[in-house]
Formats: sequence, C-alpha cells, structure tokens
Amino acid sequence: MRHLMSPLDFTVEELEQMMDLAQKIERNPDRFAHICDRKKLATLFYEPSTRTRLSFETAMLNLGGQIIGFSSADSSSAAKGESVADTIRVISIFADIAAMRHPKEGAPLVASHNSTIPVINAGDGGHQHPTQTLTDLHTIRSLKGSIGNMTIGLCGDLKFGRTVHSLITALIRYPNVKFILISPEELRLPSYIKDDVLIRNNIEFEEVIRLEEALPHLDLLYMTRVQRERFFNEEDYIRMKDFYILDREKMKLAPEDMYVLHPLPRVNEIAVDVDKDPRAAYFKQVEYGMYIREALILTLLEMEVPAC
Amino acid sequence: MLNVGAIENGFVMDHIQAGKAMTIYHDLHLEDLDCTVAMIMNARSNKMGRKDILKVECPIDMLNVDIVGFIDHNITINVIENGEIVEKKELTLPKKIVNVIKCHNPRCITSIEQGLDQVFFLADPEKEIYRCQYCEEKYSGKRKRYPWSR
Repeated sequence: MRHLMSPLDFTVEELEQMMDLAQKIERNPDRFAHICDRKKLATLFYEPSTRTRLSFETAMLNLGGQIIGFSSADSSSAAKGESVADTIRVISIFADIAAMRHPKEGAPLVASHNSTIPVINAGDGGHQHPTQTLTDLHTIRSLKGSIGNMTIGLCGDLKFGRTVHSLITALIRYPNVKFILISPEELRLPSYIKDDVLIRNNIEFEEVIRLEEALPHLDLLYMTRVQRERFFNEEDYIRMKDFYILDREKMKLAPEDMYVLHPLPRVNEIAVDVDKDPRAAYFKQVEYGMYIREALILTLLEMEVPAC
Repeated sequence: MLNVGAIENGFVMDHIQAGKAMTIYHDLHLEDLDCTVAMIMNARSNKMGRKDILKVECPIDMLNVDIVGFIDHNITINVIENGEIVEKKELTLPKKIVNVIKCHNPRCITSIEQGLDQVFFLADPEKEIYRCQYCEEKYSGKRKRYPWSR
C-alpha cells in the first residue's frame, strides 16, 4: 500500500504513467464513471480549503465513488482532543482512501503510519502540498506536450511560497529546465532551496526583480500570491502585495506560447483583463488538478484501469 | 590521583568532553539498567586537558550507542570481556535518532500529538544536518561537540 506525502514519493516514470492516466480520464470520462463504485474517500480537512477539498471530492464523485469527512477541526473529534493517529485508525474502518489537510506539519505522515488505507497529504501547514505540485506538472505537460527543455519564470513570494519550493524540487528531475526567479529582494528564494536544490544539481537560474525583464524569455510564467499571514508587519505586507501585477500591457512582452499558471486564489497579482488572454491557463490548471487527483486515487487504490 | 577499578565485562566510554558524562548517562538511559556504572569526571587528558570517562558493566548491545555518535563521534568506546579490550567501536553519525532531541518547530505535529516519537534523520552527512522526520525542520540545537571537531 502506498501513500502520497511528498511530490517526490513517485518516480518520474510513475508520474508519467499517472499523467497518462489523467489524460485518458479527461478524454474518456464515461469509461471511468463507475470504476470506484462503492469506494469511499474520506476528506479529513482540519482547516478550511475550498479548491483542494472540492477538487478531491469531485474527483471521487467522477469516478463513481462516495465521500465522507469533515471540513474543519471544529466539526471533527480533534475538537475533543483526539489524536491524528486515533482518528485515522477509525477512518480506516469506514473509508477506502483518505485525503488529509492539517495545519500541523507532518500530520498526514503520522496518519500514514497508523493507517490501513492509503493517505494523501492534501497540505500540511507550510510544509508540503504534493497534489498542487502534481497539478502543476500535469498542467505543464498538457499545455506544452512534455516537461523539460523550457525556461520557467517563478514570480512573487518565492520566500514563503511552498508551492514554488515543491515545484522547483519536482521540476529539476526533468531535462534542461531553467528558472528565472522574479521577486523583490525581501521575498527571494531561501538558500536551502537555492543552494541545496538548484546549485547542488547544477540547475541554471537567474534572479531578477523586474517582471518585464524576464517575460520575453519565458516558456511559462508561474505567478504566486503574496500571503498576508506570512508577514509580521502589516506595512511590509502592503508594500509587497502590489509589487507585481501582471496585466494585458505586460503580457504583450511575453512570447505567444508563454502560458500563465497560478495556484489560486489570486488577489490582484493577475489583472482580470488577462483572463481572456488564451495564454491564461490558471483556470484550466484547476481542471487538470481534478483529473490528476482522479488518476492519483485510482493509482493508490490499485484499481484496474479500462483500456481506452 | 583517584583510582577506579577495571571492569571485567562491559564497556568504557573515553574522551567524553569534561562535564558531559552525566548528559550521556541520561541520554543512554543508564539509570534504567540493573548494572554498575562508574563515572569519572574531570580526569586529566593530554589531548583534551580534562575529560570524563564512563565505565558500564553491561553488554554493549543493551544500549543504543548510535546516540553517542550523534552527541560526539570523537568519543571512544572500548568493549571489555574478561578484563580485556576485545573491540574498539568506531562511532559514526547515526542515520536515524529516536527520542534524543526534540523538534522545536511549533508548527510540527510533534508539538501536539500524544505519544509520538521524536524522530530525526541524517539529511546531509557532509554538513551533519539532521531534520525532523515529520516537518523536515533542521535541528538547530547544539550538538555536544569538542571545539576541535571537524
């Protein structure tokens, strides 16, 4: 039995298979509509989340399965002081697979050690959010045909953004990926990613402050939100939050085939007028996220997949 | 000079940084064992100036000596059988340590989950970096090492 705790839990080859499966599901949804009949997914969300939880639930419903679970710690037995280990032992009796989001880092790993069903880490504090990384990889592959041989711009909060850290760690496994890191000085990529991941693996990268400078050279732009909760000081947040705003004017500097991704929610870092640009792929990214979660559920449940 | 008799069967931990023998006594949970322990503190040492020595009269396999490797791999361990040194143990950095150090990340699950072991793994043997198994936070506490250690 396997779990998903980190995007690196699966090899590149295994991820290719999973993304192939996600593509099959997208093209032939009817063939997969009853594959998980009578199977139950438990969504154990100890903190609120809209997209991730609904994406998991829709994924399971699309496969014919059913959903149980809770969407905040207040409505679970955690409010009575139950441990994560005990909760998953109980849930293992009811469900066939579980997706857990928890504010404490490592909680899904504790669950996986005590579970008799596959556990998916659906986000643990600022630590990991592997299904967002799978979503990003699958989106890149679907839009570009393959992953590799590309220059990727990562823009915004590169210091605290866990999605960016996970994505970099996952992307360096593919050939010839270069990065342009676009951020203000204060929100630059931390040294444990720059030194231990990029430099150690001889990955080409460049740090710039101006988005306009990077745009003409990119195959893909990954925008991130500056998160208020990461700042101790409201003044710093206000100064940083409008540092980057991608709008139609700036998009004119970008190549015709440069797609824009964003993990969402967006605040104002991408102007609404960019949404109509065919290169704006962030809502399509949400859809790819649902397909890859369907593929992940099928993989972890070791379901026999119909030939398509 | 104070003399402590030789042991017949057990092991001797030498070259412990002066004043640290008691810490190792606790870290190895020697207080839980039904055996004689001699603790020599502040003994003269040519190499170290002052040092501590622990003599323990029990089979070495009853203890997790990996912990000593984590604390300071310059400590030497001689295994004694029938009054003779039969083995000099090389200490290395253990790949995993359990319930020796504590994760100080307040966002880590170890801060709230009852009965959970504190597990750290050796993430970078070159830089001697340990990370929490759960949150991957780097252990930032002091390793009890000599100033001349690498």
